[in-house]
Amino acid sequence: MEIPEELRFTEDHEWVLVEEDVVTVGITDFAQESLGDIVFVELPNVGTKVEAGKAFGVVESVKAVSDVYAPVSGQIVEINEELPDAPEVINTSPYEDGWMVKIKLEDSSELDELMDADAYQEFLENEE
Amino acid sequence: MNIGTTGLSLNEKLIFEHSRPGRQGFSLPELDVPEAALPDELTREEIRDFPEVSEVEVVRHFTRLSSWNYGVDSGFYPLGSCTMKYNPKVNETAARKPGLAYIHPYTPAALSQGAMEIIYRLEKMLGEISGFPAVTLHPAAGAHGELTGMMVIRAFHEKQGNPRRKVLIPDTAHGTNPASAILCGYEVVSIPSDGYLSAEEVAAHMDDEVAALMVTNPNTLGLFEKEIVEICAAVHAKGGLVYCDGANMNALMGICKPADLGIDVMHFNLHKTFSTPHGGGGPGAGPVGVTTDLEPFLPNPRIRQENDGFLWDENRPDAIGRLRAYHGNFGILVRAYTYIRMLGAEGLRRTSEMAVLNANYIRARLEPHYHLPYKQRSLHEVVFSEQHLKGGCHTMDAAKRLIDYGFHPPTVYFPLVVKGAIMIEPTETETRESIDEFCDAMIRIAEESGENPELLKRAPVNTRTRRMDEALAARKPKLRWEKHAKE
Amino acid sequence: MAFTPHTGNDIAQMLKVIGVDSIEGLFDEIPAAVRCQKALDLPAPLSESEILRELKNLAAGNATPETHISFLGGGTYNHFIPAVVDFLTSRGEFATAYTPYQSEISQGTLQAIFEFQTLICQLTGMEVANASMYDGASACAEAALMAARLTRRKKILMSRALHPEYRETVATYCRFLEMALIELPFNENGVTSLEDLQAHLDGQTAGVILGYPNFFGVIENIGSLAPLVQGQGAKLVVAVQEAASLGILKPPGELGADIVVGDGQSFGIPPAFGGPHVGFFAVRQKDVRSIPGRLAGETIDQEGKRGFVLTLSTREQHIRREKATSNICSNHGLCALMATVYLSLLGKEGLRKVAIHNHSKTEYAKKEIAALNGFSLPFAAPTFNEFVVEAEEPVEQVLDRLEKKGILGGIALRPFHAEMGKRFLVCVTEQNSRGDIDALIEALAGGKS
Repeated sequence: MEIPEELRFTEDHEWVLVEEDVVTVGITDFAQESLGDIVFVELPNVGTKVEAGKAFGVVESVKAVSDVYAPVSGQIVEINEELPDAPEVINTSPYEDGWMVKIKLEDSSELDELMDADAYQEFLENEE
Repeated sequence: MNIGTTGLSLNEKLIFEHSRPGRQGFSLPELDVPEAALPDELTREEIRDFPEVSEVEVVRHFTRLSSWNYGVDSGFYPLGSCTMKYNPKVNETAARKPGLAYIHPYTPAALSQGAMEIIYRLEKMLGEISGFPAVTLHPAAGAHGELTGMMVIRAFHEKQGNPRRKVLIPDTAHGTNPASAILCGYEVVSIPSDGYLSAEEVAAHMDDEVAALMVTNPNTLGLFEKEIVEICAAVHAKGGLVYCDGANMNALMGICKPADLGIDVMHFNLHKTFSTPHGGGGPGAGPVGVTTDLEPFLPNPRIRQENDGFLWDENRPDAIGRLRAYHGNFGILVRAYTYIRMLGAEGLRRTSEMAVLNANYIRARLEPHYHLPYKQRSLHEVVFSEQHLKGGCHTMDAAKRLIDYGFHPPTVYFPLVVKGAIMIEPTETETRESIDEFCDAMIRIAEESGENPELLKRAPVNTRTRRMDEALAARKPKLRWEKHAKE
Repeated sequence: MAFTPHTGNDIAQMLKVIGVDSIEGLFDEIPAAVRCQKALDLPAPLSESEILRELKNLAAGNATPETHISFLGGGTYNHFIPAVVDFLTSRGEFATAYTPYQSEISQGTLQAIFEFQTLICQLTGMEVANASMYDGASACAEAALMAARLTRRKKILMSRALHPEYRETVATYCRFLEMALIELPFNENGVTSLEDLQAHLDGQTAGVILGYPNFFGVIENIGSLAPLVQGQGAKLVVAVQEAASLGILKPPGELGADIVVGDGQSFGIPPAFGGPHVGFFAVRQKDVRSIPGRLAGETIDQEGKRGFVLTLSTREQHIRREKATSNICSNHGLCALMATVYLSLLGKEGLRKVAIHNHSKTEYAKKEIAALNGFSLPFAAPTFNEFVVEAEEPVEQVLDRLEKKGILGGIALRPFHAEMGKRFLVCVTEQNSRGDIDALIEALAGGKS
């Protein structure tokens, strides 16, 4: 189970890469493994306002469907245009090519709510 | 051991791939009036790529396709929650009687008394079996009946002055339950259950914004909800109503009447409990039984008996409306009517007794080999989990391996509360030998998971096709044939 | 008789393995207070021959095309059903199979569904069709809900010329979803009023629903309405209550429909007093993820062999639960199979010829009726195989007179349209010979007092 050190994590298994006031968001290795082969991804349009804790997109596998929740509030400034045609990339490269959206942060204090890699690791162990 | 195998299993193309210009499989009399055409702008060109085949090709095509299937007529079909009992053939003869198969729904009442009598009597019989004073045969399927029942509930509350906002649904419920509640404009609140639903848990969630609780009894774990009477009381105490998913009625006929438990609305599945065939995915029928207070809200029209005859009553201002055209899936109603008339009270009771006997026998034989998450008494179905499978095998692998042994797998991965759930419902129409063969295969598979897990993971190998690439089907959906489609 | 094979010996042995003394013991967790105290009060059980005799008597109380000459339409049609249809769909492997969730042992059902989906697309001119719905009316209601989902709007416009029971069903499905339903009147030609449509169509409209042909048998001008509807960002839903019409009518897909629904009862399915019939539902490829119902898709197995599987299941209730596109679980599988067999038998030429027979015989009947004293045809627009007749006498009297001559002459319209006390709907199909039609004309003519 991969859990990159430099990322932050949510309890809904999203990962966050913080670069100044823009964060990149995707779902974790644990999430893609639980879902199975991903067949469809629904992403919001660029410019959409998102709210921390509210769903901004959907990820579907053959047997399950999962909302993807915004880890922070802000505005979508970029989406991964490759994903709709190749959703399986989330399975093969959840932390890199499988990135989903970039959000411009409204309130950087929201980042404090996120777990670091160690905390996420512990969280996963407790979930089992 | 019943090993799945085949005689000669023939390949078969799509019907379109057989097409040859000019072939036809149909005869029509000569046109005996002048031929009339529609104006050009309303007329279509020929139906592009529609099949052109002869009658013998059609017969062979579908006969071959049928040989790739597995029905109750082929063998044991232990799908939990589906009640795959034997479909009596006399039902088919009954439904095909021209006076029943060819009557038009708008035939004047005076000329459809026979059909109306069947509807009237079936309503009464289902009412007697369940204890509900009023039954509608309008809905076309179980889920359709659920929607009908939930709409009746909402209409009732609206008439009281407050439709309320929420519906409580246990976490073991069938997916149609929350879907139906949403279609009535309600919010779904999921309640945890642990084997069975507790009255305390229900009472804790119950307030006067809850319109209803949806339960299944016996529940989807095959267990009788022991606290059902208290649960209904807790819901009624705050002015709510109780909806029961009657899919599992096969365990209770002549044993217990759902209406006596305090349930207000219940749907039946005629294609489960009442032996009408599943047809590869329908048609079925989903009648709904209700208490007297809720009768005014049932869909239009209702049938009434007056002066020795039957008539349709559409003058019902509180009715929710209709959810389909015409009166119901009459062809299915005839089959269920035939079944109930043949069985009578003692036959129905024996049906439930033997269904429960068969399920408990399977439980006793498999319990040493498969993990049983809930230890309460099983009724007509039993749920195991995948916990005791070894070699990294999951329920899906065991299910596919069962196919190699010549059985249709049980229901898998439902209910969601059990990890890798295996839900087995034998029904009452299986012989002990058939059940023993199934148990022997299941035990063998549990052993194989430890000895040679590849046998499960690669299964099925005895079938015409192997496991399908479902991810491909979902990523690049190809939902119709097209000529010269590029690969 | 019950269909339980258990002997006393079987029962005793099984109870022993279970570890319980008696059958009663198996029900020990059901509270005594709610147990049935006496046997169910049902009529005594019957043997096979007895129940068939009872049903024979009940069947004899019903009028059908076997006992009368029938001109009844109104959404359920009297078409010839070739022997092969019932023969093939009676096979136990089709009739007694469950939903094809285990694809390896359900390829027969799955391939047949794939063929059905293809045939519906070809007939309607649309790109994707589902595995079927319960009937045309509920399919129409689901189309209204889909239009609302796609547009995120809440207003539905329905033609008053759409089948009344389709309209009622749409209204019931929409009732608790805070949607606004508006009925558009029809004009003196029996066609939906263009002016009223334009007056009500706006940026709040989710969908517009029309019959094609409509309840009066009239062929609506879909092609001219489509751009108006789509110009406002709304969806055009076309409901085909008489699927046989697609043998010669321009397919709604070519005329700009967004969603095409209808009933396939005309394709080899007995009328059976209103059900089971079969609904169809067809859309454009771009909307496929929003479609309700089951879908069979083509794929390959582990060895590269072509096969079929239920797909895009995450739309459905068993996965999506409260976020599902619908609560629908089953389709009307065996009825869809009957339609598939029928359409394969008839093929492109057969379907066209049947449609021509229907239309030609109907035109003949219309001409003869129009020439009668005391009867007229109020709607001038083109029709397929049914039409409205206006009488000078009360309709009940006319139909009664016909019935005494062994003819079910038509459907009185007053129960559906209160203002149409003098009108009834007549349907003529390939099952009506010229002699039948002449008998109708003679019986109509023979009553003036």
